Amino acid sequence: MTDAVFQRLARLLGPEGVERDPRGLPRAVPESDDALALICQAAQDEGWHFRLEGHGSWLPPDAPADLALSTRGLSRLVSVSSADLVATVQAGMTLEELRAELERHKLWLAIDPPGRPDRTIGSVVATGTSGPLRHGFGPVRDHVLGSTVATGDGRLVEAGGRVVKNVAGYDLTKLHVGGFGGFGVITELNLRLRARPAADLTLVTSGGRHALSTAGRQLVEAQIGAVSLELLTPAWAALPEWALAVRLTGTEAGVAAEADRVTAETGLEWERFAPERAAAFWSLVARAPLGAAVAIRLGSLLDGMDDTIDLVVEILGESMLSAGAGSGAIRWAGEAEIDALRELRRRAAAREIPLTLERGPWELRRAVGHFGAYREGVGQLVDRLRGTFDPKGVITVALEGSD
Amino acid sequence: MRQELNEALGRIVGPRWVRHRPAELATYAADGLPTHESVPGTVVLPGSKTEVAAVLRLLSLLKLPFVPRGAGTGLSGGALADPDAVLVTLTRMNRILELDPRRRRAVVEPGVINARLSEASARHGLHYVPDPSSQSACTIGGNVAENAGGPHCLKYGVTTNHVTALEVIRPDGGSLRLGSAQGEPWGPDLVGLFVGSEGMFGVAVEITVRLEPIPRMIRTVFADFLALRDASEAVSAIIASGVVPAALEMMDRSCVQAVEASIYATGARTDAAAVLLLELDGAPEAVEADGVVVDALLRRHGAREVKSAESPGDRARLWQGRKKAFGALGRIAPDLAVQDAVVPRSVLPEILDRIAVIRDRLSLKISNVFHAGDGNLHPCISFDRRDADQARRVRQASREIMEACLAVGGSVTGEHGVGSDKMEYMPLAFSAPALDVMCEVRRAFDPESRANPGKVFPAHTCREWRMGGAR
Repeated sequence: MTDAVFQRLARLLGPEGVERDPRGLPRAVPESDDALALICQAAQDEGWHFRLEGHGSWLPPDAPADLALSTRGLSRLVSVSSADLVATVQAGMTLEELRAELERHKLWLAIDPPGRPDRTIGSVVATGTSGPLRHGFGPVRDHVLGSTVATGDGRLVEAGGRVVKNVAGYDLTKLHVGGFGGFGVITELNLRLRARPAADLTLVTSGGRHALSTAGRQLVEAQIGAVSLELLTPAWAALPEWALAVRLTGTEAGVAAEADRVTAETGLEWERFAPERAAAFWSLVARAPLGAAVAIRLGSLLDGMDDTIDLVVEILGESMLSAGAGSGAIRWAGEAEIDALRELRRRAAAREIPLTLERGPWELRRAVGHFGAYREGVGQLVDRLRGTFDPKGVITVALEGSD
Repeated sequence: MRQELNEALGRIVGPRWVRHRPAELATYAADGLPTHESVPGTVVLPGSKTEVAAVLRLLSLLKLPFVPRGAGTGLSGGALADPDAVLVTLTRMNRILELDPRRRRAVVEPGVINARLSEASARHGLHYVPDPSSQSACTIGGNVAENAGGPHCLKYGVTTNHVTALEVIRPDGGSLRLGSAQGEPWGPDLVGLFVGSEGMFGVAVEITVRLEPIPRMIRTVFADFLALRDASEAVSAIIASGVVPAALEMMDRSCVQAVEASIYATGARTDAAAVLLLELDGAPEAVEADGVVVDALLRRHGAREVKSAESPGDRARLWQGRKKAFGALGRIAPDLAVQDAVVPRSVLPEILDRIAVIRDRLSLKISNVFHAGDGNLHPCISFDRRDADQARRVRQASREIMEACLAVGGSVTGEHGVGSDKMEYMPLAFSAPALDVMCEVRRAFDPESRANPGKVFPAHTCREWRMGGAR
């Protein structure tokens, strides 16, 4: 079968458009969104199932499939406008390439997702994995103005647009952000950019968890204009104790004044990181979860954040945990069993907190699902929506678990 | 048949909350857009989510279409119902169910008036950010349906960025709970999909929203310019500087003159080609520092006068001039068509020139008031709808403006929605497969397409309609 698939792909894409992944599976690497849509259509016609990947650096390449469909051939920055603060980028472009291009224009995509710098922007958007900057700039979805996806039956569908305000038609982009590919393959994105701030300062303090969590709340109450306010376990921050990191951006004068307030409001000692050290720190924060097989996220309200952290630690252990002290978003990374994740999801759901499995081996994803513990009626609705975007179910993805 | 329906609805909500006499129905024949009218067959005003569910179950059994409606301030003809449809008006459901300052969340019924939520939150130092110009009348439910914006959305985002969870009554009367109070989606982002669906996916009966702290310091800056292009370029320069104002609004001469001739006068000089109203907020030091940058940029780009509000009263007066601009414009002709379109900010000067050309060629009075910071234009066309030729020219101008905005990579609506008014432009804005998918997504929520039928998509753009499968 794999040889037949390989040969058919070679006929569709040319010999350079198909290769074998490390497990010997045919990997289609289309170089245009039309070609990618053609592969989807062929999969539907032939009854193939494919697993999606960018550079294969986030989800392990282990979903059972007849072929891998990679977006890595779609790696161009299509356009960038400094005046409008918008970029159009193909889904397979890596974060580090995109950041370098934007830097040349003194522009900034204000997201700092977990993962390697060669993670594709499509992967970040498809998994909805935001990082500490969500405190100041919102989750990934707030940065995506529009998208083009190829549906499972090979239609190319654009949604949204290139302007920050747009209510023409339904907001289908929301389904693609954090949809794990269940609603089609993202081929192109219109992203909202920021001007590079004149000043960018990181302050870090470490100590006991409860003292830092209290300090985080004080800073929220004091309306510190931080863009990140992240509480990290010792393992995540690679420090002897828990850490609270604050990132401030803006004008020199504004940042300096806010930094003084951070100290005054908390009464703690803060270390001000020089730019290189700050960059290295945030890079470490992004890469840390790659040391573990499993990553999950939970959305807790601020007043319940401590209790939610307790719950996660009770069931999964402390391991690596990072929490937005102003947003209530919690990410945990470590080793976890299927039953423990199911129990955590069930108990979190009882507190009205959703759990999303961001990363893990296929056996775990299949059993637990990226999503679960849906309320009544939601599962059927999601199924119908999936049927719209992938009528024959050619995209192998475990949106929901098997329990 | 209609009488039986009205009686059955009356048994659910009480007979006094069912309207069917022609004089009563006439109230609901239009929304804030004067160019579209349609008289509904029946109007029902449920008082609770249980009643909404019972009403929708009844209509589902009878296979009758319905249209959800808030205060009827919409500007796209989205809340109009045909005579065969039932208008479900949600203004009685106006309770703030929860207001939790510690969590910075509120849970509201759909009929809560936008400004009332901010008023109720103010004693906790909080407010609800999206602030459409109609905020003293429009409802949060309507804001959810349209994904409403407002001046302060430049920095803080539109309705979709402030709604974290929803309870929705589906068109078949079933209930769905979507999202989480924190905002993390519960599964795929169905809250994000629902917001802006223009009443076609069901009725939101409980809405959880974020409340934000009232900024520690607010500086409101007013600047006037003798050339419209200078004002537009000042806008681009401010955004490119990295300063993110909370709001950045522009009015052209015609609009300023209308405001200054009204009770909302702010004292602006009426010979200015354009005025900018800009707000900086946040920590005092940051506001001061940003203020220095902004003042310099405004002057460098030719501002004649730059002044800051000296007191809260001053600030309120400046904002009143902006927020009541539509009202002021309403005085200068019997009708006002408030348009809504978006362009990339950098082409604001070109698009304003283009609108001026269209205005002159079609001999119309067009005033521009807009959210300059995000390129969201509101060309306002003053006219008299009794003059058929003038009404035709208004439609022609609207179409030409939309086409011009699309041609430069913009959108046909930034915050008012498609409704009835913009349907014809959807095939210009989206490909056939994109429109097909939107139709299919709608049917995932509403297989019979009974919720707000005939809006957003011209029927012929849907694949199933073309293939003869639709109603």
